[in-house]
Order: sequence, then C-alpha cells, then structure tokens
Amino acid sequence: MQAGSMTLTSEEQAMLRGERGEAVKKAIEFQIEVGKFFNAKRFVPITNAHMMGDIEVMGDGGLGFLKDACEMKTRCSIPITTNARCMDFRYVEKLGQDAGEAVKEKQIITYLKQMNVIPTDTCINYQTVYQPTLGEHIAWGDTGTVIYANSVFGARSNFESGPAALSAAITGRTPEYGFHLNECRRGTFVVKLEAEPEDLADWGAIAKLVGESHQNYYAVPVFAGVHRKPSPDELKHLGSALASYGSMGMFHMVGVTPEAPSLAAALGGRTPDGEMLVTQAMVEQVYRSYDLKDRNGNLVVFSGPQLSLFEMKNLSERFKGRKVHPGTQVFVTTYRGVRSSAEGIGYLKDLEDAGVEVLEGVCFYILQNLSQMRIRNGWVNMVSNSAKIVNIIGAHRFNTILRRTQDCVDIACSGTIA
Amino acid sequence: MSTIIFKVNQAFGPVVEGQVLISQEGFSPRYDLDRWTGFITKPGHKLEGENIKDKICFFPTAKGGIAAGWAFFDIQHKGIAPKALIFGVTNPVMVQGAVLANIAITQGWSHHPSDVFQNGDWVRVDPGKRTIELIKRAD
Repeated sequence: MQAGSMTLTSEEQAMLRGERGEAVKKAIEFQIEVGKFFNAKRFVPITNAHMMGDIEVMGDGGLGFLKDACEMKTRCSIPITTNARCMDFRYVEKLGQDAGEAVKEKQIITYLKQMNVIPTDTCINYQTVYQPTLGEHIAWGDTGTVIYANSVFGARSNFESGPAALSAAITGRTPEYGFHLNECRRGTFVVKLEAEPEDLADWGAIAKLVGESHQNYYAVPVFAGVHRKPSPDELKHLGSALASYGSMGMFHMVGVTPEAPSLAAALGGRTPDGEMLVTQAMVEQVYRSYDLKDRNGNLVVFSGPQLSLFEMKNLSERFKGRKVHPGTQVFVTTYRGVRSSAEGIGYLKDLEDAGVEVLEGVCFYILQNLSQMRIRNGWVNMVSNSAKIVNIIGAHRFNTILRRTQDCVDIACSGTIA
Repeated sequence: MSTIIFKVNQAFGPVVEGQVLISQEGFSPRYDLDRWTGFITKPGHKLEGENIKDKICFFPTAKGGIAAGWAFFDIQHKGIAPKALIFGVTNPVMVQGAVLANIAITQGWSHHPSDVFQNGDWVRVDPGKRTIELIKRAD
C-alpha cells in the first residue's frame, strides 16, 4: 500500500486502519505526513527513542495532548527516555519558578510514565544512559544527542522533536529520510583545523565558526588535521554547538569518528562543496567578539549540555578552596546520576562550599520563568564555557559571553569580566 | 496584472492567506521568539520587534533546535502562531512541529522571496499545488 511517497508494510497498514488502537493510528498518521514531506520511501524500525517533554516548551496545549494520549491508553513499545526538563523541584521556590507550573510539570512526568516513558531527564543520555552501535536506527532529540549519535557512535537518527520521538516509540519505527540514508551521511565540506583547541569552549568556538557560516541541516562538515584525539566531553561541546549554530545533525572527524577512517571515506566519493580553514587566531577572535557591557559577571553558567562526571571533577578542582563573589550566582546542571556520584565522591561538596548551585535533571536555558528570573536577579550578562548555551538563550534577552572554563571560574570568583 | 506565482519544492498543510513577513535570518522558536507574545525578541535578530502572529513567514534557514516540535503546537494553542512557515532550507523538527500544529510549512523556493514579495503583501499559500500566489500588494 502507498501513502504518498511511502510504501507501508502489512503491519503498518494495520496500524493505519486502527487495528493496533487509536493511539497507534494517530501516531503513524502523524509520521506518514512527516515522511511524505521528506519523500521518505518507507519506515525503518528503531530500537531506542529519546524525547523532550516539559511544561516550558509544551505549554497547556502540549499538556492537553499528553492527557488525551493517556486517555487513549497510549503505550510506547520500545525503550524511550526523556531529555532535560525545566524544573529541579528542589529549586522551584529558590529560583522563583511558578508553583502552578511545577504542578503541571509533575503531571507531565506522571503522564509520560503511564505511557511507558522513562523520565531520565538528561540531555547527555549518550554519556549516561544508552550508547547505540554503528548503523543502529534510533529516534532522538535534543539536537546535541542526535549529532553525537550520528557522528561519534555511527548510529542513525534525524532531529526528532518531542511528539516525533514519542510517535516513533509508540509505533517502533520512524520514516526513513535524512541521516538514516547513506547519501545524507557523506561529508559535504572540509574543515581544516590549524587551531589547537584545549578547552571545551575552544571546541564550541570552532563549532560557532563552522556552523554559523554553513547553516544547513544537510551540511556535514569533515574535520581534518585535528592535533589530538578529542575527549567525549570535547566532542560533546563541538557537536552540540554545531547543531545549535548550524542546525547540523552530523559531522565527521578524520581518524576519530567511525565513518571517517580517512578523508576519502568520510566524503564517500562526493566532491566537497568547499574547504574552510580554522586557525587559532580565528578562535581567539571569537572570544574578543563579545560585547562585555558593564563587565558585570553576576551570572556564570555551566550547562547546555549537562555536565559529565569528568566535567564535575574538573570544575570541583578549579573551585576547591575558592568562593563565588558575593552577588554573583553560579549554576551547574547535570544528570541525576552524575550529581549523585559527585556527591558520593566529594566533588559536590567542593562546589557547594565555594557557593556553586548544582541543579539536576534540567538545563539552564530551558528553566521555566527564565526571563522573569533574569529581570528579578538583575542579570544582564551571562558567561559560560558552553558555546551552545551562549547561542540558544537569546530569546530571553541575555547578553551572552563565551569564555574558557578557567576564565569562567575566575569571573565567578571576582564578579568581573576581565 | 499577470498572476505572480512563487514555487516551493516541498509542502504540508492547509491553504492559507496572510501578510508576508520576510526574514534575512534563520529562525527558531526557542532561540528567537517570545512564545508568550509572538514577538521576535532575540537581540539583533533581523526581525527583532516584529510579531509573527497570522503572518506568512519567510525564513532562509532553520536554527537549532528540538523545541519547535512542541512549540508550534503551544503557540497555536495560545493563538499567536503564524499562518505559514516558508523555509529555504528547513529541518525535521520544524516540519514535525508544523504537522502536529497543522500549520502550513514549505521548503525550497524558486526565487529569493525578496525578489518577488515585500513585507505586507497579501498572499495565498497552497501546499497542495506547492505555490504561493500574490493576492494584493502592500499599500
């Protein structure tokens, strides 16, 4: 049977006729419309899904959508986890978040659990929860998770928004287009790295340079000439910032990522559209490009993506024995399990003794009530070592500034942006 | 006057009419939009201060971002959604969000929109025919 461009199997036809229930029917109808838009020829089975679902982005409309889905007895058929959410419930009052919205956020979690969704509340599922293998088809969001899965694991996913990942988990499949197909995974342009990035922020700065100048979901940069193998956290910051500045879903790094044993293999026979050179001077210029306003450093954020245990250790060592400047607020966000480990090991105490707030299950830029929080606290500048969050938080009207990790720590302890 | 027709490559959604709003910069509802008022609020965005409610919005690219999947449904629910999103190049999230919210969305264009339309023109978007037709020039 054809549905637009898509050929459906007998099982998918049964879903479409409603023989697997109303929830499955609605999910596959939605997926077919998306598949038709992208001229997908068929569905591909998936093994794992990861979805965004929180009250800040869903609003009352989305909450109603989930309520209706629960009433239809919707149940996910494959493992699905949740992305970072907008509230760490221990901090709702302290941050001045809406008590009414907190009730709704808890209701969302309840609905999702009823639908067999695992509320992991992490945007670093690839470091903490699930590591797909080469060629494995999955349906993930947020974008940082997708670009990491495609690039570092060689798994296959498009950007799947909350309702799309949920639909994929309900039907156990997703339309086959974009990064599920070999032709979309080949490199489209080459980035020659002369820069020698050392800090996480350096990798983000490189991603800003590459992403802003090639903003296209289908652009796949191939990094060549890397001076050493980057760590998973460095690849995390590179990938999440490429996805943010460039809306990109995949990159290759010659000699590092699994589909790029060589430049030729990464390009897959394609003639690259061009070559871009990234020098150390260009990276330094990124840091010089920010308007520092009155140089007030009363907000420093380590978030977006959540921090790994290695980042927590590193940051605790930098803050150990120091104090956050009076009037400055410093936030770290991480996965619940990482925070728990950091507490057990002692990293958390060093951070909290210095005056750093460590939130779990959230990302700073999606915190509910953030615009009001900014005004109430007199925050103008937001300093971070994450190029992604520096880019993504703009609608809340922060003046954002990217700095290397040690500079961020020094700003936090001095209250002034040097 | 001969009919002015603007062709798009891929399309979804209902036939809609509305005023043209052309951006020279990409768009994300997370990065750029106040999702409680419909105003573009990101400092320095080419459309900063404009409201997208009921507009036929032309954007060269999509930015980011996974949020659009729920955000379009949310702003539709709040009554501040655009009538159509006309992208040069989009990404799956924009399409998924528009499909869920039943907002017209297209990708790929035959001309640069600024060569054909100006802000305030009244146009009809027909996703089935993959066309955007000029109905009335802005005053």
